[in-house]
Amino acid sequence: MSSAPPPVRKVRGRSLGKIVGVGDFDGVRLHVVTGKGGTGKTTVAAALALALAARGRRALLLEVEGRQGIAQLFDSPPLPYEERKVAVAPAGGDVYALAVDPESALLEYLEMFAKIRHNGVAARGLRRLGAVDFATTIAPGMRDVLLTGKAMEATNRRDRGRHLYDAVVMDAPPTGRITRFLNVNTEVAGLAKMGPIRSQADRVMRLIGSPQTAVHIVTLLEEMPVQETVDGVAELEAAGLQVGSVIVNMVRDPLLPAADIVAVARGEVDSDAIRAGLKSADLDVPVELVDVLIAESVDHARRVELESQEREELIELGRPTYELPLLADEIDLGSLYNLAELLCEQGVG
Amino acid sequence: MLDRETVLVCCGSGGVGKTTTAAALALRAAERGRKVVVLTIDPARRLAQSMGLTMLDNTPRPVAGLDASAGGELQAMMLDMKRTFDEIVLAHTDAVRAEQILSNPFYQSLSSSFAGTQEYMAMEKLGQLRSTGDWDLIVVDTPPSRSALDFLDAPERLGTFLDGRLIRVLLAPAKAGGKAYLKVVTAGVGMVTNVLTRIIGAQVLRDLQTFVAALETMFGGFRERADATYRLLKAPGTAFVVVAAPEPDALREASYFVERLADDEMPLAGLVVNRVHRSAAASLTAERSLVAAETLEERAEAPLAAAVLRVHSDRVRLGSREQRLEERFTSAHPRVPVVEVAALAGDVHDLDGLRAVGHDLAAASAAGAPGRVAAAG
Repeated sequence: MSSAPPPVRKVRGRSLGKIVGVGDFDGVRLHVVTGKGGTGKTTVAAALALALAARGRRALLLEVEGRQGIAQLFDSPPLPYEERKVAVAPAGGDVYALAVDPESALLEYLEMFAKIRHNGVAARGLRRLGAVDFATTIAPGMRDVLLTGKAMEATNRRDRGRHLYDAVVMDAPPTGRITRFLNVNTEVAGLAKMGPIRSQADRVMRLIGSPQTAVHIVTLLEEMPVQETVDGVAELEAAGLQVGSVIVNMVRDPLLPAADIVAVARGEVDSDAIRAGLKSADLDVPVELVDVLIAESVDHARRVELESQEREELIELGRPTYELPLLADEIDLGSLYNLAELLCEQGVG
Repeated sequence: MLDRETVLVCCGSGGVGKTTTAAALALRAAERGRKVVVLTIDPARRLAQSMGLTMLDNTPRPVAGLDASAGGELQAMMLDMKRTFDEIVLAHTDAVRAEQILSNPFYQSLSSSFAGTQEYMAMEKLGQLRSTGDWDLIVVDTPPSRSALDFLDAPERLGTFLDGRLIRVLLAPAKAGGKAYLKVVTAGVGMVTNVLTRIIGAQVLRDLQTFVAALETMFGGFRERADATYRLLKAPGTAFVVVAAPEPDALREASYFVERLADDEMPLAGLVVNRVHRSAAASLTAERSLVAAETLEERAEAPLAAAVLRVHSDRVRLGSREQRLEERFTSAHPRVPVVEVAALAGDVHDLDGLRAVGHDLAAASAAGAPGRVAAAG
């Protein structure tokens, strides 16, 4: 276990193999996956869980935002508050999933720490009184302690002396909220200077602030997600939390020859030459259509240029960076396996 | 729509371009001669700068660079959630109580957290802007909730909580004695207080009781405001614009939202699908294009022409995938007007970019194809 971040690796797709069993995140047991909305955070979290369960290991995928995104992804009915096996990992291994809701987490917490049985009179009374609404509505800090507390419990759970899960992957709130969400200590500090909530927050913080926890930020090669990633890394570090990696999702292969990108982006394309080229492939198309095709390529080249600027910004962060391709079709279990394998090849698992 | 409505609410899941849509609609309406204010929640830095938004200060400021030749006006503002909340407290209670509330740790946690409060304050601010009577049109960008529905539920959640039984129990010690029915409650209070002390600790419980007692004076005001805002959202002149990207998750959220608006009898203007890829050369199919590219590659001939064909084929394929997803939405909601905005190479961060988006919004509605009618313009 080392608290230093793993070395930077510049990755392009599939070419980097890695010796089986040695991952970039050896020693990390709780993986927190965040990212701006629309970046595919849940998909990446699921692929990461598959990668971390590969070769006979066991991973738990946690959902905390009550959206049942994991169930949709694995095409299963809505997940109850119960750890369920949802997939078998590459080369044998199990992925379990759990949708943590604050109410169940609160009742479980009461049972564990206040010895209040979850179906007893006191628990029912609290529920009827709206104590759960209290925890979720008026004191978000408390709700976050409950959710992160459950992640901690699963991460630390042991079975016959050894950890039950080799890795716990949390599909966490988006980048804009992640530092607040994880930094439960500060969140509840104002509310509780001592007492059971404070102690629980301290326990959670000991895990989340340790080298056993890493936060992965999912991004696209677009301006806003990259900006949020850069801001997110700064915020997390300022709060003393460990940034694990940056995972660039939905990367599109550049289709134009690298040497032509600059000229094409400027619109410097010889349309006669293109037309002649098409003709020799038996495509005799009108000039106007050729112009449309060229305009599409100019658009593409501009995007490639913007993407490489964004990529530079991400590399400057000095974090391990992984890339996952844009998939042509909708995500299904098969494509999750592909993504998991790409992560393994890039050194994650 | 832009010449008629008085309130436009843009909603949709995170990362779909809500803020850009809101700003583009506002700019277009202003340049058509209306007096418009756009309330943004968390705009991208460069878009905010382009609109002259540098501070989160709750004050509408004029947007420089507006073409005011039609006599319109455009101001923009960013929501300061905590300040908005503070203002409500100050408006509804006396100075001593207000001070008690503002300095209470529970209030500070509630008023600066992102969950729920932001949605509620956005609606509150909308109500305030509306009551000034200064504006022909108010465009609201909703908070980047993971679930688009959060924002409709938030005011009610807060309202239910404030009316809740827990609150009454917490207040019971202060009120006990006198009324007979309270005795029953009081009997249980000891137990509940015990349980709460074990769970959250005595000090937290005291802070909470103080907070709730201070808040109680404002309950009536709170409820009234929440109800007034809700009515405003249903009133004639208000229209919701649901924003999505042509992706499964975003469109699924858009579907939920459309259904929810219908359930609540909220007026829906239509769906805006941002970042759509269409090809003006779709007569050349993806397949033919790809075959030709492969032919050239095999012969090691005209590499740039082959690449151009691959780009085209890719774009047509992406476009038809997007269209399939969109059709899934339209077949479930055949009567909801849909407007598409073309994908740009980069992000929008100046007024010209916003004008281009606004133009797309208007042009698509003017074209009036079946299923793609008048949502803007």
